[in-house]
Formats: sequence, C-alpha cells, structure tokens
Amino acid sequence: MRVIRGFIPSRGSVQVWRRHFLVWKKNAVASLAGSLGEPLLYLLGLGYGLGRFVGAIGDKNYMVYVASGILAANSMNSATFEAIYGGFTRMTRQNTFHAMLATPLTVADVVAGEIAWAATRSLISGTAIFLVGWSLGAFSLGSVLVALPVVVLAGLAFGAMAMVVTAISPSYDFFLYYFTLVTTPMFLFCGVFYPVASLPILVQAFVAVMPLTHVVALLRPEASGFVFAEVGVHLAVIGVYAVASFIAAVALVRRRIIV
Amino acid sequence: MQPTIIFASNLTKRYGERVVVDGIDFEVRQGECFGFLGPNGAGKSTIMRMIIGLTPRDGGKLSVLGRNVVPEDPAIAAQLGIVPQENNLDTDLEVGENLEVYCRYFGLTAKVREERIEQLLQFAQLSDRRHTPVHTLSGGMMRRLVIARSLVAQPKMVILDEPTTGLDPQARHLIWQRLAKLKENGITLLLTTHYMEEAARLCDRLLILDQGRILDQGSPETLVRRHVEPEVLEVWGREGDRGLAELGTLGGRWERVGDTFYVYGFQLESVRQRVLEREGCSCLLRPANLEDVFLRLTGHDLGEGS
Repeated sequence: MRVIRGFIPSRGSVQVWRRHFLVWKKNAVASLAGSLGEPLLYLLGLGYGLGRFVGAIGDKNYMVYVASGILAANSMNSATFEAIYGGFTRMTRQNTFHAMLATPLTVADVVAGEIAWAATRSLISGTAIFLVGWSLGAFSLGSVLVALPVVVLAGLAFGAMAMVVTAISPSYDFFLYYFTLVTTPMFLFCGVFYPVASLPILVQAFVAVMPLTHVVALLRPEASGFVFAEVGVHLAVIGVYAVASFIAAVALVRRRIIV
Repeated sequence: MQPTIIFASNLTKRYGERVVVDGIDFEVRQGECFGFLGPNGAGKSTIMRMIIGLTPRDGGKLSVLGRNVVPEDPAIAAQLGIVPQENNLDTDLEVGENLEVYCRYFGLTAKVREERIEQLLQFAQLSDRRHTPVHTLSGGMMRRLVIARSLVAQPKMVILDEPTTGLDPQARHLIWQRLAKLKENGITLLLTTHYMEEAARLCDRLLILDQGRILDQGSPETLVRRHVEPEVLEVWGREGDRGLAELGTLGGRWERVGDTFYVYGFQLESVRQRVLEREGCSCLLRPANLEDVFLRLTGHDLGEGS
C-alpha cells in the first residue's frame, strides 16, 4: 500500500505547477516568441512552400493537412523541451526540487507538477498555433473543442516521457540521444507531414506503437488513413504512455535524489 | 529536562564500501541549539539529510519529533524548517514571491501567507526588498531570506547546514543575531558548521565529528576544559624549527600545524616573554578554544577535509 502511495500526487502538485507558471510569467513574451517561432515557420514554409508542389493530400489542400500535423508535433516538442531543459535545470543547477522536498511535498508531487506544467506549455503554444491555423483556414473554430484537449493529453504523455529522460541524464549532452533516437524520428515518420499509410508496411507497424502517431490521428481524423482509426484506441495508447512514464519518472527521480 | 526532539542510536550510512556515518548516537532536546562541528567530509550534511528524510539510513534508529524517520514524510516535513548548505532560492522571482511560493508548498491560506510574509521580511531585515529580484541580493541577504523561508510554517525546529559559510564577518554576525533571536523564541536549532567561533557562540551542546564518528560531545566550555589546557601560545617565525620546538617544551605540551607551534599550558605569560626575546619570532597568547579541542582530538585542524 505504501509503495503505491508513493506514486500518487497530492494537491501540493498544483503548487508546483503554480510556481512554474509564476516564473514563466516573468518572461512570457520572450518565451512565447521562442516557442512559437519554429512551428509557425514550419506551418508557413511547408504549408505554402511545399504545398505548392504537393497540392492536396486526399481532399485537403496541403496547408490544411500539415497544420494539424504541426499542432500535434508542437504538443510533443513543447512538452519535451520544458520537461527536459527546464526540468533538468530545476533538478540540478537550481536545486528547485530539493527546495520543494524540504517541505511536505513529495517526489510524486514534484514530478506531477513538472509534467502538468510541460502539458501547459503545449497548451499555450498549441492555442497560438490553432489561432494562426484558424486564420489561415486550416482549422474550423468548432474543432477547438477536440484539438486543445488532445494537445493537453499529448503534452502530459510527452512531458512524462521527457521526465524519464531528465531523471536519468548525467548532463545536458545526454538529451541529444533522446532527440535523435525518439522525438525526431516521431516528428518525421508519425504522419505529421504525410500519411503513415505511404510508409513500408514494416515501418508502419513500428510507427503504430509511437505515441505521436495517435496524437496526429486524433487531431486529423479524416485524413490519417490509419488502420485502426478508433478514438478509444488512440486515447488508450497515449494514456498508457503517460501513466507508465509518470510511474517510471517518479521512481527514477526518487532514486536520484533520495540517496 | 526538556523532551527529546531527535533521537539517534547507532545511526549508520554507507555509500558502497565507504562508511560516511559510522554508528553514532545523539539526542537533541527541545529549545536547545545543538551543533555538529567537523571538517568537510566528516558526515555532517549526510546526518542532516537523514534527519530531514532525504537520505535513507542503512542502520540504527532515528526518530524526529517522536516519529520514526522514513523518506518523504509530510508529517515531519511540516514541522521542520530547513536551511540547506547551497541556497536554492528561486532566483528569477522576487524576495516576497519566494516566501509566497514556499508558503503555498506548506498549504497555507492566503490570509496566513500575507501575515507570515510581512513578519518574516521584517525578521530577515528585508522589508524594503520585498519586490527585489533575488538574483540581485547580496550573499548575506540571500542567506537571511533562506532562513526566513525555512520559518514560513512556524517550525518547532530549524535545521541549518553551514548557515554562514562563505559570508563576510559582518553578514555572519547579522545571521548569528537572527539565530539567537529564534532560540529566544524557543525554537530548537540544529546546525552544522566548521567555524569554531560559530559553534562556541551559538551552541548549547556540540558534537565533534570526524570521518563519520563522534569524537566527543558536550557544551563548548566542557569540551575545552576536558581536552585542552586553558592557555595557548601560538608561535611562528623565521627561527629554526629546533629553536622553536625548544621553546615549546618550556610550556609543556606542544603541537605543530604547518609553520605554527601551539604551546599548551596554564601560565604561559613567562614563556611568551622568552619567545619575544628571540629575534624573528612572533607569538600570540590566547585562551584555548574549540579549534584546539579539535586539533587535539583529530591531529588535524578544522579547515582540512578528511
């Protein structure tokens, strides 16, 4: 029983999240510009540039097609960067985790707060991308009700995965492995820029277990052409990644700090 | 007698083969200031971390405020104030915001928070700095803020790991003043230090630690009386070692650390006179202190790591 309790965050995790939000607010403008620049450049560069040659995928012109992919990819990248660079800095250089653990907060609270904050970063930049995409005609206003909750769920899963990496990293250099081996392949092969169905069948099988594939599928239901286009399955896969990674992250951060 | 706040028996911590805390026993009583004096690497910080539940023990008993210590126990954490060796303030935030955030970690309500922050800023003499970003504060101010932060939940005991290391004398005195104030208010203080003066000034009782073992414990005066003669003559100078050693024997027991001879005795004024007659010799006659106790017990001085 006690073991299980060690993985259940308390209400204190909300205060961890609040602390991150308070710090972020201080540099909100610079942070927004930084985190929005890249996805917007992708959206415009590929949507207009590549879109001119591709024309349309299925019945959607390429701008519309790629916008949902960029929204999905951004939910991965925003949460990952926050949990990796922000989380690692707080855990090591700034000793923020230690300061928190000197209070009634537990490791589960600290990790849950980190992940919730990472998902919030996905939501913040996702909202901005959605607005730009909407103004370009890529999203209908009504789809916001699906899009943003999916972005938050994806942010939780990718934030939790990144926290696992943060917990085991000896230094900042280590993150490059994760980017090269995990997030960049997902960015390129999980249906952000083209349908997964166009990949060789073996690769498709591999891609089917990657969380980003399911985020893309949820954000772009009509065009995915994915075999099991079942909403429940997509949600379940993302959910499993989120929960399993959270448990691993709590255990690993605990092993690192409580020594 | 005051009730026991911390009870440790045969407390042990190993990292691999290395024994960092080697079966130590001690008790801290309510309202006292209890010090751990020892060089870097003596095991002081590890003991502090064990008490606050950030380091699990490998053996022995440890209870804090009547509770058996297990890692991450909110019930213990809620009653302790902790001042870590390294400041871990939120440097991007303002002074007041740092306290605010910490109050929230302890689950304090808005009304209590506001009251507490005002009060603590005053205590730390930072009232006019409430909206100053932390990264612009001086070292002494940051330290005072960390101490204020440890007090947000009105703890029964405050644990300070080297509260004044790296501060200039003036800033150090200001911290000592604040800590004396806490003691006056009945708060139990537990501190580690490798400053003899700090230990002598603040601590009611001391535990002298070297390489994870207790060498002795007691009040600063008792320890000095128990282990060294009342007077110490420090002698240094250009004279050959042999000459100095010869002089040393006049007073009785002597020891040499670096290029300084420490002569211990009861009435050393006459020895001092004779030293001064020698050209190229300087000396200082002073009462014995904890530094001498430490040197006596370990054979090396406090500044050296072990």
